[in-house]
Amino acid sequence: MEEYKIIEIKESIFEDNNKDAECLREELLKDGTFLINLMSSPGAGKTTFLLSTIELLQEEFRIGIMEADIDSDVDARTISDKTNAKVIQLHTGGMCHLDADMTRQGLHELDSRNLDLVVLENVGNLVCPAEFDTGANLKVLILSVPEGDDKPYKYPLAFEVADVLIINKIDVKEYFDFDFARAIAEAKRLNPNVKVFPLSGKTKEGIRSWAEYLAQCIMKYKEKQRDLCQECIRK
Amino acid sequence: MHELGVVFSVIDNVKRVAKENEANHINRVTLQIGEVSTVIPKYLEDVWKWAITKHEMLTDCELVIKRIPAVSYCTNCSQEFRTVSNGKICPYCGSDQTYLKQGNEFIIKDIQTF
Repeated sequence: MEEYKIIEIKESIFEDNNKDAECLREELLKDGTFLINLMSSPGAGKTTFLLSTIELLQEEFRIGIMEADIDSDVDARTISDKTNAKVIQLHTGGMCHLDADMTRQGLHELDSRNLDLVVLENVGNLVCPAEFDTGANLKVLILSVPEGDDKPYKYPLAFEVADVLIINKIDVKEYFDFDFARAIAEAKRLNPNVKVFPLSGKTKEGIRSWAEYLAQCIMKYKEKQRDLCQECIRK
Repeated sequence: MHELGVVFSVIDNVKRVAKENEANHINRVTLQIGEVSTVIPKYLEDVWKWAITKHEMLTDCELVIKRIPAVSYCTNCSQEFRTVSNGKICPYCGSDQTYLKQGNEFIIKDIQTF
């Protein structure tokens, strides 16, 4: 009989990805490319929200969009038809989320080095994308009014990891009994630092204050990049 | 839900380790999975059976899953409690100032090779 050997590994699968995500964040900072990981359930209005956001920011910043879906390119086509943003479609081939390495491949494909802002439109799903750090600088979660105010209770992890919560489709709030105070209170309990923006991607109500906030984030990020570069020069 | 991706990642890792150790075949992989890791062992086993047929090095490789119980800690009364039966609320003092101490792990513990 052949000799068996036991090899201890003790390696965490998520740990691998976390390290990779940190590396990616450093690479992005050197290039001054601000990356957003946009998450929501299917049909929360990610693409329409993006269109309205790009419209307000595309003169100031060079923007790229990565659309991740299990299949199809409908979202990518919509954005590339209606804006000046650079768009690519990523197919996850059945996978329910993107990890840091897939994100890096997408960025490479997009040739993101000359872009100020890249938005990764993650697969529509409130469970898996929350588990995997993609290397993004800002995690944005969209909850739309028709989905109901109980989502933070049902999918706590997604709300815990999000830096920004967009409550989308406020234009239809009269038709739904969405309790804004309840949703916001629970989201803040899960993450006291979350920034909340109620808005409508379609009518553009409320979109400006979100876009202004994002523009500030990008400016601060660019300052950080400049500081980093100056430090490098000094060394 | 992301069992497929997780299995691919496990396979990449164990193959790398086996090669580093100059092993030709892996006949058992042991994982430690937390009770609230969002990975469902039953699905993982199903995906595993399918995925190992794509790798010669892993033919008939057995998958052993060891569960790690989920335990939360209450910062208000300093007690530990089982997460699954109690959720976020401490059963001793009713506080919601609790955090998960263990139970969301996904670790490749070891492999058996020859």
